[in-house]
Amino acid sequence: MIAGLAAPLIIMLLYSFWRQDGPNVDTTLTTFNYEYALTKYRPIFIRSLWISGLVTLATVLLAYPIAYYVAFHVKRYKFIWLILLTIPFWTSYLLRVFAWRIILAREGVVNGTLQGVGLIDEPINWLLFSDFAIVLTLAHAWAAFAILPIYVSLEKVDRTLLEAAADLGDGAVRSFWRVTFPLSLPGVISAITLVFVPTIGDYVTPDLVGGPRGGMIAKMVYNNFKASDWPLAAATAILSMVFVAFVAFFLIQAIRLSVRSVK
Amino acid sequence: MTTDYIRVEHVTKRFGSFRAVDDADFGIRQGEFFSLLGPSGCGKTTLLRMIAGFEFPTEGEIYIDGQPVTGVPANKRPTNMVFQSYAIFPHLNVYDNIAYGLRKQRLPKAELDKRVQDALAMIKLSGFEDRKSDQMSGGQRQRIALARALVNRPKVLLLDEPLGALDKKLREQMQFELRQLQKTVGITFIFVTHDQEEALSLSDRIAVMQKGQVLQIASPRELYESPNCREVADFIGTMNFLKGLVKAIDGKTAVVDVEGLGLVNAPLPEDYSFAPVGAEVLVGARPEKLDVVRGAPHPGEKGVKGDIGACAYLGDRNHYQVTIEGLGHQLMVATEQGDRSTLASFSPGEQVTVSWGDNSLVLLPKT
Repeated sequence: MIAGLAAPLIIMLLYSFWRQDGPNVDTTLTTFNYEYALTKYRPIFIRSLWISGLVTLATVLLAYPIAYYVAFHVKRYKFIWLILLTIPFWTSYLLRVFAWRIILAREGVVNGTLQGVGLIDEPINWLLFSDFAIVLTLAHAWAAFAILPIYVSLEKVDRTLLEAAADLGDGAVRSFWRVTFPLSLPGVISAITLVFVPTIGDYVTPDLVGGPRGGMIAKMVYNNFKASDWPLAAATAILSMVFVAFVAFFLIQAIRLSVRSVK
Repeated sequence: MTTDYIRVEHVTKRFGSFRAVDDADFGIRQGEFFSLLGPSGCGKTTLLRMIAGFEFPTEGEIYIDGQPVTGVPANKRPTNMVFQSYAIFPHLNVYDNIAYGLRKQRLPKAELDKRVQDALAMIKLSGFEDRKSDQMSGGQRQRIALARALVNRPKVLLLDEPLGALDKKLREQMQFELRQLQKTVGITFIFVTHDQEEALSLSDRIAVMQKGQVLQIASPRELYESPNCREVADFIGTMNFLKGLVKAIDGKTAVVDVEGLGLVNAPLPEDYSFAPVGAEVLVGARPEKLDVVRGAPHPGEKGVKGDIGACAYLGDRNHYQVTIEGLGHQLMVATEQGDRSTLASFSPGEQVTVSWGDNSLVLLPKT
């Protein structure tokens, strides 16, 4: 099992230190691929980080109120609510991306409706094939992965603690920030990790709904792979892995620290 | 009554068709240690939660220090609560838990720190500021909850079975500390418990509740010595109940024909409207107010012959079940075990006399 997981990684790691030389692979160890990727792909790394950061933020901000509502205000049939929330994930990911294309297209549902009611004269161009489209599509696609962990952590919050906060003088808003939110942090952190890590490496969505320059880091891995430069593709992939791990780690630490200062 | 610091005025709380609290109407004095005592489900916690502002009465009004608070939510009331589960914030350390209510008041830092340190000293936990609640024992958590509430100097401190989760030894120690603390701070305490011994040893006054109703409000001594009904007498300690018929009223005593005992003189309670001549009543006798002797009853007392049934040795006292002719059930008698000789004890089957003084009998309404 462990060998099955580790072997491909080791092979990839080895490849990343080799070099493509025409049709052959030069197996002398070199850091050329890393140097190349770090300089050439820096803007696209930053762009990937920016986009998936936005996606993560949007997803968690949208998921939190939903999770909160189900955990605190739905008295009966919570299970049904949770099932309904996950229903979109029963259809294929590709289908959902294409559904968004139909909704956001120049002659699509949104533009058609807005024009129909006379709110706009010209269709809005930035709806599809834009960063907006990437963020919206990904946020929708990963919503359940944010809602469920946040819901679980909110459900676990001892309701007596909220009574204690009220008893000690806090209104609903204050007790949320001082008690509920800090205690739901494990769920929020899970949600951030579950959304941020896969979206930064997402390839399909930027390709299908992003603009001409909408590609993210996974696109570079794919391009190099297609161009038969496996070592560069491997180095790019490993860099993005390390990159994601670091960013996720620091993000989580920053959130932890900022919440710890809440008293 | 204007002297009442807290007034619960005809308060009823219904959950659907269930009456959790049924027309509770009483007052609590300033600085009093007041207990709500009753079996689980009797409505005592609901009543406390209505005073705290977590539940709101279906009918009736609640006043604290002259102010109507009936519809006021918990965060706007001059009350603080010690929860049954303590509800210590797990993400905050001891210091921040205690400071929680004070931070809302935007006190100067030095003032806040002083009050928290004083509170820590009061509960003897100075030096534990940085601990988290999962590093504290049950007794320590209980004290933190107490400090966290008292540090806000509430007009009323509400305690919801705060000692229930502690083991017996610790509970007894905490009872003592709680009583000391209440005397020191002088704050009115309302204490909910199902443990009658706890209520008796701590309280100035106790309200005994059952099925949502307040049966009697009195001092521990009064509750024990002069319960006003069978339920109270049964809940506080143990009592033998004997059926009787009032034959005559003579000044402050009733002459009652009691099953098995014959004619007895029982002192009349304050309200004896339930016991006119000819009425069926109950006569109660605490086991320890009776005695078993060989031969004649104690001088000045009455007696009846009986046979010892079951015996139980409890260290400091003996319990006997005595069978008496004409009595449908056995009479429970508790005798003190004063010295270490076995002379004072009896064996099953032995014929004895049960001896009682008139003052050890309580007249109760028939239920």
